[in-house]
Amino acid sequence: MGGGLAGCSAALHLAGRGIPTVLLEKGQVGAQASGVNFGGVRQQGRHLAEVPLALRSRALWARMAELVGEDLEFRVTGHLRLARHAEDMALLERYAADVAALGLPLQLLGGNALRERFPWLSPAIPGASFCASDGQANPRLAGPAFGRAARRAGADVREGEEAVAVERDGRGFRTVTAAGLELRSRVLLNTAGAWGNRIAERFGEKAAMRTIAPQMVVTEPAPHVVQPVLGIVGGAIYLRQIERGNVIFGTGDGIADIATTRHHVLPANTLAGAAIACHLVPHLAPLQIIRVWTGIEGETEDFIPVIGPSGTTPGLFHAYGFSGHGFQLGPVVGLILSELVAEGRTESPIAPFAIGRFGSPGSR
Amino acid sequence: MSDPRVVIVGAGPAGVRAAEAFVAAGLRPVVIDEADAAGGQIYRRPPAGFARPPSALYGLEAGKARRLHAAFAALRDRIDHRPGTLAWNVWDRVLHTVRDGVLAQVPYDALVLCTGAMDRVIPLPGWTLPGVFTLGGAQVALKAQGCAVGRRVAFLGTGPLLYLVAHQYRKAGAGVAAVLDTSPYGLRVRSLPGLLALPALVAKGLWYEARLRAAGVPIRTGVTPLAAAGEGAVAALEYADGAGARRRVSCDAVALGYGLKPETQLAELAGCRLAYDEPQDLWLPECDALGRAGNGLYLAGDGARIGGADAAEAAGRLAALACLGDLGLAADGAEVLRLRRRLRRQARFRLALEAAFPFPASHAAGLPDDVVLCRCEGVTAGQVRAAGLEKEAAEVNRAKALVRLGMGRCQGRVCGTAGRHVLAAALGRPVAAVGQLRAQAPVKPLNLAAAAAAAPDTPL
Repeated sequence: MGGGLAGCSAALHLAGRGIPTVLLEKGQVGAQASGVNFGGVRQQGRHLAEVPLALRSRALWARMAELVGEDLEFRVTGHLRLARHAEDMALLERYAADVAALGLPLQLLGGNALRERFPWLSPAIPGASFCASDGQANPRLAGPAFGRAARRAGADVREGEEAVAVERDGRGFRTVTAAGLELRSRVLLNTAGAWGNRIAERFGEKAAMRTIAPQMVVTEPAPHVVQPVLGIVGGAIYLRQIERGNVIFGTGDGIADIATTRHHVLPANTLAGAAIACHLVPHLAPLQIIRVWTGIEGETEDFIPVIGPSGTTPGLFHAYGFSGHGFQLGPVVGLILSELVAEGRTESPIAPFAIGRFGSPGSR
Repeated sequence: MSDPRVVIVGAGPAGVRAAEAFVAAGLRPVVIDEADAAGGQIYRRPPAGFARPPSALYGLEAGKARRLHAAFAALRDRIDHRPGTLAWNVWDRVLHTVRDGVLAQVPYDALVLCTGAMDRVIPLPGWTLPGVFTLGGAQVALKAQGCAVGRRVAFLGTGPLLYLVAHQYRKAGAGVAAVLDTSPYGLRVRSLPGLLALPALVAKGLWYEARLRAAGVPIRTGVTPLAAAGEGAVAALEYADGAGARRRVSCDAVALGYGLKPETQLAELAGCRLAYDEPQDLWLPECDALGRAGNGLYLAGDGARIGGADAAEAAGRLAALACLGDLGLAADGAEVLRLRRRLRRQARFRLALEAAFPFPASHAAGLPDDVVLCRCEGVTAGQVRAAGLEKEAAEVNRAKALVRLGMGRCQGRVCGTAGRHVLAAALGRPVAAVGQLRAQAPVKPLNLAAAAAAAPDTPL
């Protein structure tokens, strides 16, 4: 239920195992958070619990053409996470040590090395952490490509089908759509993104979520100078330049209404993002902004997703609440769901993402 | 209790007459205009120091132009005029503007959008060669810069603007190679009863045509454009004439346009919905007969309904009167009725004009696969078709996401119309079903440094 990147990846992997699968998407696949996010494909900077999943997902990104028939414009440009001041450098050093233990090598760069390697970066930045295996891709292509691949693999991917009722009875799950379609299934996957907690709540699970609307800005094309994807401790901005030359950056939270699916960019955030972008990469100043956008995303209380079996209902599995950083994880989340369904287990450590961490059902 | 804050965007015929009505009611509206001097497109003023007199600039419209400019001059001290200012966004009853790299926010109680229109473009093979312009662009070059876009310009397209600009060029002494109209002459004859709702306009059209013929300019109707040809720049325009014979006219520039489409981006950002109008093949902002669009928003002129300058003047005044009435300030009911009658007559004329000069959708739908459709991003017609047929894009915004149609600096203005028709035809769906490219801020490109300067203390 839900045709974002996670749902479409799950459909693809399940169909690949020969498990009959129907994907219901109320709009078009990959059109919500999966399609309008920043497009960073990064392992660096994640909550430590996410790193093992990100490493496994990175292996899928490397095989994207084989997996879905196109490369989704994935480019291994590296990710540069900037420090604002000396305390941030200490934080970056600690983080590098932590993730080295998990199998993710990072390179710490002081001011001089930074200036030499990335002369376009503001001299005010004291240092940064570089992850060479990170990169960027085109989020608009991802969900649709996985959806098409899932169909080719035999999944029944249905767009324009909104589930209006879902319940479990003795025979399994019964799902009814707005158009009157009724489906029976042994398993239900909740990959409904920003709407995921509503489905969880129908089955008595405690899973509060806040609706957020990360905002993006894109400029006209310019000579391709900024190679790595930029992030910064504190998350004030994320910025990348695509091969075509356009610079994309994001900052701030717009307005989103989960009930109407309407979302809107707040002009103040666009201006704030522009200020930070010009501060960090001064040569961008003459460029023209040609578009802004936002979308609807769900954010959990602890900013990491809900992944795993339901705490109340056998056969129900959740994967939602990616809190603005689910793009890189999407492919592996689908794989994990297919393992949970087919084998009852997964090799990825998903205990930190259990829905039960928010309290047992019925408790306050 | 202070006066309601009224903001008008656009100082063409609609904006000027709206401002006039607000001032007469005792208000001081803010009038925002991208141009440095009022007049809009049709009554665009040349830069200071240019010596062409109004009669040369505006021809038969000279009297109207003079009156409009005089009306604005009389208002100057009683409005907050902001020329050279772009309104780039609107949100939460605040208009966001930029002028000379300085951003400003203009809160309003009522917003009157008089944003005008732009040419509809249909690409043709070779249209990206240097020397190919829109009719509007050719007109701006002449009026605002005193230059022609070429020494020997071929005019291609359909609609009254085609003949007007060709006439203006010939009158100014520029070489007019030919006027090539895709609409068969018979349609004009059949539409005559409807066109006679405004006999003066019919007479004007006939006059322009007569003057062109008298000057020896070949005028062909019912043509099918084939290609703009040349090495490194346009040297000839190839077309099939009404009988289907291949013809070629040598030229060093082409000015093309197939009617106008309203600039609706600000209205859309302000929350206005768009509805598809089939006879005109336009997505028009929803508003009532007086121009009310709800939530303090009013629309007038070509930015709401294509109607030309006279209709724009009436609509501007009408929208202002409606707004004044809504604000609880006196409004003349009889005048409202009179203006509505005028506009209804204009609308009847407009329908007949559409029938006389229809948008040749088949030329757009049938573009060869290898013709560039989106110039900014280099997307071909074939790629747009593939987005529909192979990548399941059922509407244009999805096609944009997948193949970048409309993602360039023109923000879909040039490619949007043809894009809709190519996609719809490929899918075998009605044009209305594939939608229109959604408006996003900024309405026109906005400089990053200017935006940054408006948020100087943003913490990292």
